[in-house]
Amino acid sequence: MNFLSELKEGLAIAWDAILANKMRSVLTTLGIVIGIVTVTLMGTALDAMNRAFHQSISIIGADTLFVQRGSWLAHTEAEWLGFLKRREITWLQAREVEKQMTLARGVAPVVVMFQSVGYQSRNARGVQIIGSTDQFLVTSGFSVGQGRFMTEMESEGGRPVCVIGMDVATNLFLNEDPIGKRIRIGSRPLEVIGVLAKQGSFMGMKSLDNEVIIPIRQLLGGYWRNPDFQIQVKVSEINRIEDAKEELQGIMRKIRRLAPGDPDDFAINQQEHLISMFNRVAGIIATVGLLITGLSLFVGGIGIMNIMFVSVAERTREIGVRKAIGAKRRTILIQFLIEAASICMIGGLVGLAITYLMVLAVGRFMPVPVSLSIPVMGVAILVSLFTGLASGFFPAWRAARMDPVEALRNE
Amino acid sequence: MSLICLKNLSRRYQMGEETIHALRDVSLEIERGEYVAIMGPSGSGKSTLMNLLGCLDTPTSGTYELNGTNVSEMDDNELAEVRNREIGFVFQTFNLLPRSNALRNVELPLIYSGMTFDERRRVALEALTAVGLADRVTHKPNELSGGQRQRVAIARALVNTPSIILADEPTGNLDSKTGDEIMTLFEDLSRKGNTVFVVTHEEEVALHARRIIRIRDGLIASDEAVKH
Repeated sequence: MNFLSELKEGLAIAWDAILANKMRSVLTTLGIVIGIVTVTLMGTALDAMNRAFHQSISIIGADTLFVQRGSWLAHTEAEWLGFLKRREITWLQAREVEKQMTLARGVAPVVVMFQSVGYQSRNARGVQIIGSTDQFLVTSGFSVGQGRFMTEMESEGGRPVCVIGMDVATNLFLNEDPIGKRIRIGSRPLEVIGVLAKQGSFMGMKSLDNEVIIPIRQLLGGYWRNPDFQIQVKVSEINRIEDAKEELQGIMRKIRRLAPGDPDDFAINQQEHLISMFNRVAGIIATVGLLITGLSLFVGGIGIMNIMFVSVAERTREIGVRKAIGAKRRTILIQFLIEAASICMIGGLVGLAITYLMVLAVGRFMPVPVSLSIPVMGVAILVSLFTGLASGFFPAWRAARMDPVEALRNE
Repeated sequence: MSLICLKNLSRRYQMGEETIHALRDVSLEIERGEYVAIMGPSGSGKSTLMNLLGCLDTPTSGTYELNGTNVSEMDDNELAEVRNREIGFVFQTFNLLPRSNALRNVELPLIYSGMTFDERRRVALEALTAVGLADRVTHKPNELSGGQRQRVAIARALVNTPSIILADEPTGNLDSKTGDEIMTLFEDLSRKGNTVFVVTHEEEVALHARRIIRIRDGLIASDEAVKH
């Protein structure tokens, strides 16, 4: 008897047995359904989190380097506090880097602070004020949706102009055209010359459109005399990013007058660092989450095992008859394995269908796009198949090893 | 050479401390085409003998040659193949699969022997026709009478054209009239050249056979031909 016809026969028998005990099959399957629903929901959530993160992070661009006091890869609080004790990066240092970098398409000094912004009677609190130069458009990857960005002249002259984010524009101006209007940042008036294109939010939480970009000299003169700078460097060629990093490091060490043996007292950050940090955290969340949800699947599997033992015991005589007629151990083993796998597969498919509907329903209220992905579905089906085979194995093995004489004597 | 050749066949069971000698040094030869009744009170060892003849069990010592092959030292899977090919079982309680119809029940041995779908459908229908159930093929066991069920079981036993047909109390669950019909069926089969064993404790049933072997205390007490 070849394997294929054994499978076919096994499927027919399994189907018979499942139909013969409808109620029992439904209840047993329920365990697997719940297991698969929790696991696939968890998988989908992790999936959505990953996707949202990578979407958000892609705005930064892989070819931008960020010179800061601290590294994005701080592992401990002590390390973080250590970063804060380092010397600040000054305006002069930023200018020096701008002058000396050869492998950069753009270098922009950046200072970030928070202020309330007003227009006529309307106010917006806690708006991110970014002080930078005309180069910021190159390094940040932002694009202007309406009007224009500041020119080099305006930047160097510290003119009272600004470019506002989409949220600021809608909050302050409602439906009015903001171009040419004057807004107040703190107490100083600045003219709006452009509105940035909408960028969305970071992982569906923090809006990326709630900012105002002003010339750095305006910020230094009007708000904050000696801030800590961040230097953004857009590399000229992505495949020479390592060379650019080396050049940047050399320049920074020189202008901060570090002796050859001293460690760097600044950090050169890039997107990859954020991604690797995220992956570490996401990995932990995924492991813990799948472990916990996997437990419910495990419980479902034990339910299947239990019911398969009952099924084998009930059908002892049938097993005896089949053996007397010429069924080999393998045939019996496969028959019961298929039965367990079928119950689990049905449970898995029902679970998937439920998850699909839940995702569809919940997805409407989520800030980031959520959908049941093909890999998650594939894994769910494989997992339910595996659960069936694993939990069906011992009962099937017991059935396969039965002595035909004993089995036939069973009432 | 004989179809069945038993030499000093013994079967012992261990029940805790005690060893039970179910069969002691039984030697026996059966020719092709014989119709044999095996008789004996319960506990005599006749069931053990039947299990050994049917390759459901292996002897503790001695040899059993069936159709020229020594089956006494085969493993589980080899025995399953021998049962499938050489032996047709008929049980007292019919032992049909309750959820399968008559046709599928009869097809079962053919599925295990690997016959193709069309072929086995044809052969199974032939077997059911041979026992007079051509019009009952799609009925499930609970839709058939006792006699009809036993006929299905006989069709299942015959369908693989086995060397021997082993019937264990085939009339035990039937009224005497249907019992007679079934015994007539066995006679027919025997006349067509099949080797038939009937295990029974009813003298009347045994008398249908042409040779009666009586077992007592694990030994052959008598082995004689029946004069009709």
